[in-house]
Amino acid sequence: MTKLFELHDVAKRFQRGKESITIFDGLSLGIEEGDFVAIMGPSGSGKTTLLNLLGGVDQPSAGEIRFAGSRIDSLSETGLAAWRAANVGFIFQFYNLMPMLSAERNVELPLLLTSLSRARRRQSVEAALKLVGLEDRARHLPKELSGGQQQRVAIARAVVSDPKLLLCDEPTGDLDRATADEILKMLSLLNNEFGKTIVMVTHDPEAAKYAKRVLHLDKGRFAGEELAA
Amino acid sequence: MSELHLIWRNLVRRKLRFALTLFAIFIAFLIFGVLGGVRTALQSGVDLMADNRLVTVNKINFTQPLPISYLNKVRAIDGVQVASHSGWFGAYVRDSRNVIVAFAIEPESYLQVYGDEIRLDPAQREAFLRNRQGMIAGEALAKAQGWKLGDRIPVQSNIFSRSDGSTTWEMVVEGIFRGKEESSDTRRMYFHYDYLNESRAIGKDFTGIIVFNTVNPARNETIARQIDALFANSFYETQTDTAKAFNKAFIAQLGNIAMIITSVVSAAFFTILLIVGNTMMLAIRERTTEIAVMKTLGFRSERIFRMVLAESMFLSLLGGLLGIAAALMAVAGLHKALAGVLPDLSLGPAVIAQALAIMLALGLVTGLLPAFAAMRLNIVTALGRN
Ligand SMILES: Nc1ncnc2c1ncn2[C@@H]1O[C@H](COP(=O)(O)OP(=O)(O)O)[C@@H](O)[C@H]1O
Ligand SMILES: [Mg+2]
Repeated sequence: MTKLFELHDVAKRFQRGKESITIFDGLSLGIEEGDFVAIMGPSGSGKTTLLNLLGGVDQPSAGEIRFAGSRIDSLSETGLAAWRAANVGFIFQFYNLMPMLSAERNVELPLLLTSLSRARRRQSVEAALKLVGLEDRARHLPKELSGGQQQRVAIARAVVSDPKLLLCDEPTGDLDRATADEILKMLSLLNNEFGKTIVMVTHDPEAAKYAKRVLHLDKGRFAGEELAA
Repeated sequence: MSELHLIWRNLVRRKLRFALTLFAIFIAFLIFGVLGGVRTALQSGVDLMADNRLVTVNKINFTQPLPISYLNKVRAIDGVQVASHSGWFGAYVRDSRNVIVAFAIEPESYLQVYGDEIRLDPAQREAFLRNRQGMIAGEALAKAQGWKLGDRIPVQSNIFSRSDGSTTWEMVVEGIFRGKEESSDTRRMYFHYDYLNESRAIGKDFTGIIVFNTVNPARNETIARQIDALFANSFYETQTDTAKAFNKAFIAQLGNIAMIITSVVSAAFFTILLIVGNTMMLAIRERTTEIAVMKTLGFRSERIFRMVLAESMFLSLLGGLLGIAAALMAVAGLHKALAGVLPDLSLGPAVIAQALAIMLALGLVTGLLPAFAAMRLNIVTALGRN
């Protein structure tokens, strides 16, 4: 397998007033294409910050981040936006759907960034909704859907433009066990059948079991690595 | 789904707030349109006036009299082409509430100065000049009063009385005149100054204003200064201006309508600016997470900026166009009702163009700040809040 992500000596510092807070320093990590990585760790350990760096919504204070061999840490804001649109699907804890748009239009949103025709967009949206089993809820507004259903819409939105990478920040943090398992199975499926590389932040050990690899982040370091059986 | 759909859904997501804001904009433009029409109507009589026409009035103000002897002194000035005069009669017929706009004039010269605005059949003109008790009435006035050629009308004055104490002057309708344009106001009448002057008990040998044409508008300034200098330090000092300026001043005296209109409209738009600006600011603030999500998905900051700006533009254009459409209807209705008072009341392209410009400016001003805030929004901090 080839390396999809390579982090080399990455540092991230935040300025809070006069104080500079170091979240990581000298963090290195490789993620292979097709991998499913769970990142665990106590609250405030920098999981979200790491995910932001991988997703190109934030930039490291030092170090290199390579995606498929090219550096993304030096891209401009505009360059990063295009890179995200082409390569990353995001799934959030609180779904973050557009409340005034129907499910299908939420799924279609990322396609407004492509040059696809209306008909092709429609096809992609249908396929994505079908994949998450919500084709009969296409016209519903988010508030008319359950949490699990909303997260499935969010997954459909994340995969509709067929990115290589899915980044999930506590995707089941707001869901009950059974619904969480459904969502996690769906992620597994996307990883196994569709070859999506997934990085998932979670504090739920049950959720981490769906991953192929679990990383424990603590005090800016990976404490130990477990390979899923 | 198009970007337009997205903008629209954002705009109408809070139905009540959207409706109220839209209504406020609607009302502001309705007011603007109607008052703009009124202002144009007030202006239009003035704009039709010849450029070489000057008016000399008493310096204290135009309701104060001038000695009739001034007329010949004005005529003697080089560059004065034709000069005449007119005096306010304070007329009514039968009932003191039936007020009539009537002026005592020197017929021949007056009709020369106003040849363009008082259009009279040559035979009627002759008859009017010949009959000292004759008068001419505008078409609209004759129609409103039911006067026909040859009718004898007992015209009364609320200013003057005759030596015998009576306030009635009997006059004969010798002519009915039309205005320069179909729409010109013709609710007024003219009669012989001599007829009034020889029989009135007070105000003898005084008139109201002197009007004259100059040979060349370029000489207006000099001639006006010359006249006012001539009468300086006399009992009756004068103020000479172009007829346009005079009429504007006249209108301004009539309650300073233009100023009132401007302040009403400005106040309306200032309020609207605050309302719409506040609405847009709120709208963007409560959408912080959504905007951050859109940016995360890969929407560029410039595009977000454009979408927010488009939203506020859309809002003010929608409200504004509805308001102007309603104003067009209102003005059409008022035009009928106020035909006598404001015959030129209409919503012209100039007012509509102004309204469009204000709509765009309103959209821009109210959208710029929120659009800028949305553009600058940082994904990490915005999403870190939840
Ligand atoms: N934009 C920021 N400015 C300052 N400090 C931040 C910012 N984002 C995160 N942090 C801090 O960095 C640390 C790690 O945050 P985060 O990555 O959200 O942790 P986790 O997701 O593991 O709970 C926390 O102490 C947090 O307060
Ligand atoms: Mg977090």
